Amino acid sequence: MASGQANWNEMPAINRDLLAPLQGAGLGYLLLVVLLAAMVAAGAGAWFYQIETGIGRTNMHPPIFWGAYIASFVYWIGVSHSGTFISGVLRLSKAQWRRPITRIAELMTIISVTIAALCVFYHLGRVWRWYYLIPYPNQREIWPDFRSPLMWDATAVFTYATASSIYLYLPLIPDFALARDRIGGWRRWCYSILCLGWKGTQREWETLNTAIRIITPLIVMVMISVHSIVGWDFGMSLVPGWHSSIIAPYFVVGAVHSGLGMVMVGLYFVRRTYRLEAYIRPEHFDKMGKLLIVTTLSLAYLYFADQLTVWYGNIPDHMAILHAMVSGLYAPPFWTMIVLIYLIPLSTLTIPSFRRWPLGMMVVGIGINLGMYIERMLIIVPPLSRPRLTYNWSSYFPSWGELTILLGSLALAVLLYVLAVKFVPIISIWEEKEGRMSAGGHG
Amino acid sequence: MAEGHNKTGTSHKWEMVIDLDRCTGCEACVVACHAENNIRISGEEEAAQGRAINWIRIERYWEGEYPNVQARFMPVLCQHCDDAPCEPVCPVYASYHTPEGLNAQVYNRCIGVRYCGNNCPYTARQFNWFDPTWDEPLAEQLNPDVTVRQNGIMEKCTFCVQRIRQGKEQAEKEGRPVRDGDIVPACVQSCPTSALVFGDRRDPESRVSQLARQDRAFHLLEALGTHPAVTYLKRIT
Repeated sequence: MASGQANWNEMPAINRDLLAPLQGAGLGYLLLVVLLAAMVAAGAGAWFYQIETGIGRTNMHPPIFWGAYIASFVYWIGVSHSGTFISGVLRLSKAQWRRPITRIAELMTIISVTIAALCVFYHLGRVWRWYYLIPYPNQREIWPDFRSPLMWDATAVFTYATASSIYLYLPLIPDFALARDRIGGWRRWCYSILCLGWKGTQREWETLNTAIRIITPLIVMVMISVHSIVGWDFGMSLVPGWHSSIIAPYFVVGAVHSGLGMVMVGLYFVRRTYRLEAYIRPEHFDKMGKLLIVTTLSLAYLYFADQLTVWYGNIPDHMAILHAMVSGLYAPPFWTMIVLIYLIPLSTLTIPSFRRWPLGMMVVGIGINLGMYIERMLIIVPPLSRPRLTYNWSSYFPSWGELTILLGSLALAVLLYVLAVKFVPIISIWEEKEGRMSAGGHG
Repeated sequence: MAEGHNKTGTSHKWEMVIDLDRCTGCEACVVACHAENNIRISGEEEAAQGRAINWIRIERYWEGEYPNVQARFMPVLCQHCDDAPCEPVCPVYASYHTPEGLNAQVYNRCIGVRYCGNNCPYTARQFNWFDPTWDEPLAEQLNPDVTVRQNGIMEKCTFCVQRIRQGKEQAEKEGRPVRDGDIVPACVQSCPTSALVFGDRRDPESRVSQLARQDRAFHLLEALGTHPAVTYLKRIT
């Protein structure tokens, strides 16, 4: 049991290392918070201006009734799939290497679902009447119309946000208890409420593990349903280029692709900022890289299957869109996307030594996210801009107002993350210990 | 399509016939529609952005090579489809089907998600990007029978539902059925060549029924199965 002894000796160091990010904040941190808050304020200002004057502050116009807000909604929902996919699927498959990654990814899930919901509100023409989407009893006995994919979507996103909050919270309970015992000030009070009086008895651990075992498969199913439904917002319509049966699985895989890329970025910065090299090791980047190869190839396969069908079928309404993307007006963003989400990941991640290089992996992750954002814009704009009656074929690029609001949202996402790191242990401490114990026990 | 195709099966089924042979592209219908339905004035800048609101528009297509070029005109308005793609996608029932086959838009209910606008294959639906304004003295001539639409909602052709109401009420007052020609939407009334004809498809003798039975009849994007209430008559000259 020598190795077991060594494991026990590691525990105080693990506590110290992983609770350290919660304490203190340097000047750099404060400056970052101020900068992000200023960007959020600019975005909020632009949004209120848009509400006061009208959706005309965007560059949308007939026949392009959806634009960057909906693209961003799809994008952020996609990013939110990182947490659920990584921690859900990896927990289900009992992959040990998930341990330092799950919390980082789950936090992203909650924050990006929030931002995605905000994008819907930016988009609404009369946002002050948003509550018409809620089925509440009213004098006129009018309910929302559940035949509309948008209602499926609202239901799915609400379910997903609730479920992933629970999913984030459950494994946090023992960590909150640990923080309660070791961190003073006003936060001790918060932690002692949030940890629900956790004492660490055998029965508590069994209950917690059962709860996690039950919710994990459920949330994986919710995750698949959510992005399928986001895909059906498009797939259910008559619009050429949207009306496709492959769109639901394509959206799910695309979401996981961008989500994994984003987790790579998160891993890199958390590791670097808090000197967690001993916990987030090159092997984690290596494993994530292998997963990314799988999503890259799956996504490329689905995309190819979809476009090949369109091309071979040669229906004029659909071909107009394919031509506009491959060789027409939208060719520059289209080929940039192909390079960023397929070619670069495939040519770099297949090299084993590259996968163990955190900086390179982070850059690839950013590239994938840029590419996937372009992909979402390309899903929305070219099909809408080429309706069957050709008289008002058109194009679209977001206005300054839209860009300010969306940059503000990005800043809000980063700000929430930066603040959360000061409150939530960014690596699941008990799961990390559990991993070391079981590794030691078997060794 | 069965004659007078109507899902709901009530007494009337309002339809329109547009004779492309008669249309000269003069746009009198567009102007009349603006005046009748309190459609906002968009101005040059918005028109250039493609945001000018027209419930009926004249699509112009060029045929042939210079110097033998011919302009072809096609008036397009909401087709009041019996299986309207805009209706089921609205999350709040703002777009719905009336018992008389009209495709109605409830302005008070609309929250502006604009899915209906995307899903209309005719791009007949229009959005209010800003609050409406009218230059003086146009503001003095608003039609009191028609709601002015606010910033942030969708709107479109109603087949002049206010005139349909008036026609039916007048007939009821006089204790008689609605006669063919009693109800005339603004665009139909203003068409100098009578290219547009409106009436009840339930009445087999109405002018609209007789014209729609012609061999020249077709529907716009018929293959989509939307069952439009607007029948076009092919150009043969």
